[in-house]
Amino acid sequence: MAANPMSQFDVYRIGPEIKVGAFDISFTNASLFMILSTVSILLVFNLGSKKNSILPNKIQLLAELSYTFVSKMISDTAGSKAKPYFAFIFSLFMFVLFCNMFGMIPYTFTVTSHIIVTFVLAAFIFIGVTVIGFIKHGFGYLKLFVPSGVPAVLLPLIVVIEIISYLSRPISLSVRLFANMMAGHTMMKVFGGFVISLGIVGGWLPLSFSVALTGLEILVAFLQAYVFAILTCIYLNDALNLHH
Amino acid sequence: MVKKIYFQLIFLSFFFIKEAFAAESGGMPQLNPEFWVSQIFWLILTFGIMYLVLSKLILPKISNNLESRKSQILENIEAAEKQREDSDTKLKEYDEIISKSKLEANSIFNQAKEKALKDIGAKREVLEKQIDNEIAEAEKEIDALRKNAPDKINKIAIETSSELLQKLIGTEVNNSSISAIVDDLSKRNGDKYYGN
Repeated sequence: MAANPMSQFDVYRIGPEIKVGAFDISFTNASLFMILSTVSILLVFNLGSKKNSILPNKIQLLAELSYTFVSKMISDTAGSKAKPYFAFIFSLFMFVLFCNMFGMIPYTFTVTSHIIVTFVLAAFIFIGVTVIGFIKHGFGYLKLFVPSGVPAVLLPLIVVIEIISYLSRPISLSVRLFANMMAGHTMMKVFGGFVISLGIVGGWLPLSFSVALTGLEILVAFLQAYVFAILTCIYLNDALNLHH
Repeated sequence: MVKKIYFQLIFLSFFFIKEAFAAESGGMPQLNPEFWVSQIFWLILTFGIMYLVLSKLILPKISNNLESRKSQILENIEAAEKQREDSDTKLKEYDEIISKSKLEANSIFNQAKEKALKDIGAKREVLEKQIDNEIAEAEKEIDALRKNAPDKINKIAIETSSELLQKLIGTEVNNSSISAIVDDLSKRNGDKYYGN
């Protein structure tokens, strides 16, 4: 198991098999880490919002800084109209961030390294944004595919490209996160394997790489959560403030 | 630079993944649909519950905390501003009172000075008048004495010379002839004796 760098992404059942109709919804290690992430998020933010002191303690400061960070991100990219969606984007950012960070602990499972998880999130965002766009602008939302200031000759081509780029949003959004997490973790595993196979003589180089990679991966874990959230904001901005 | 190295490493790792596949032919566990439904179910469940708790319970509390802190800080700043203004006006009043009392003290001092000067002037005038009067009287007396002095001296001279003559000659001498001689003498030598 340890030799294969991909085995860290294996999903396995914990406990008995649960079946609802034809669907297998067994509790797995993925479910465990989803629960761990959400419970720690709720714990941190519950502790951070319990007391309201003028001089916040550390955990309250953490919660409030996260709150202002996400709220500033949303208001910067999507404007004031995006306020009703703050809670969703905040949850999304925190969920992805905590899943990524939990994945950085050795022997854990990275929830976001699975395409199905990131794709469900991205597809939900895509459908949600499209529905919001059509509710706010009606069929005028289709103007999104017709950029202004384009010569009439090029218009058919541009519209096709715009539609393809719009439809590929959930794929790019989900694959970006999944591929980043998978590649990073695989690479760490590969370098870890090199440390063992090269032994005490040549193992120092891959070990130092591993140390550097760990730092990089923590950065990537934060950055990908940020990118995921900010792209959601940008898509939401397109739906709320149609300015093509 | 870092990004470039990073992507090169990713490609490298993909190469090793291929090797690993060749060796064990496990494939990517991500593409194995066995647990997809389970993952979707648990994702929706956990994320949904987290979203509900965050949006309904926790986030409003945090925003409330932030708002109340902001308003309290604003209130405190306002109160501080007000107190500063109050103290400023008080300071101004205090300054005014001080300058006023200084002016008052100055005027009182000036008045007292003037009054004292006036008193002194009046008293001096009275005294000077008195002194002048006394001097004038003394001068009058001196004048009178001076005027009377030659007559008395003449009288004394006449009387002594008549008695002297009587004792020497033994006869009465007419006073008028003596007085004529004395007058004559005193007129001639008056300047010598009286000096004026």
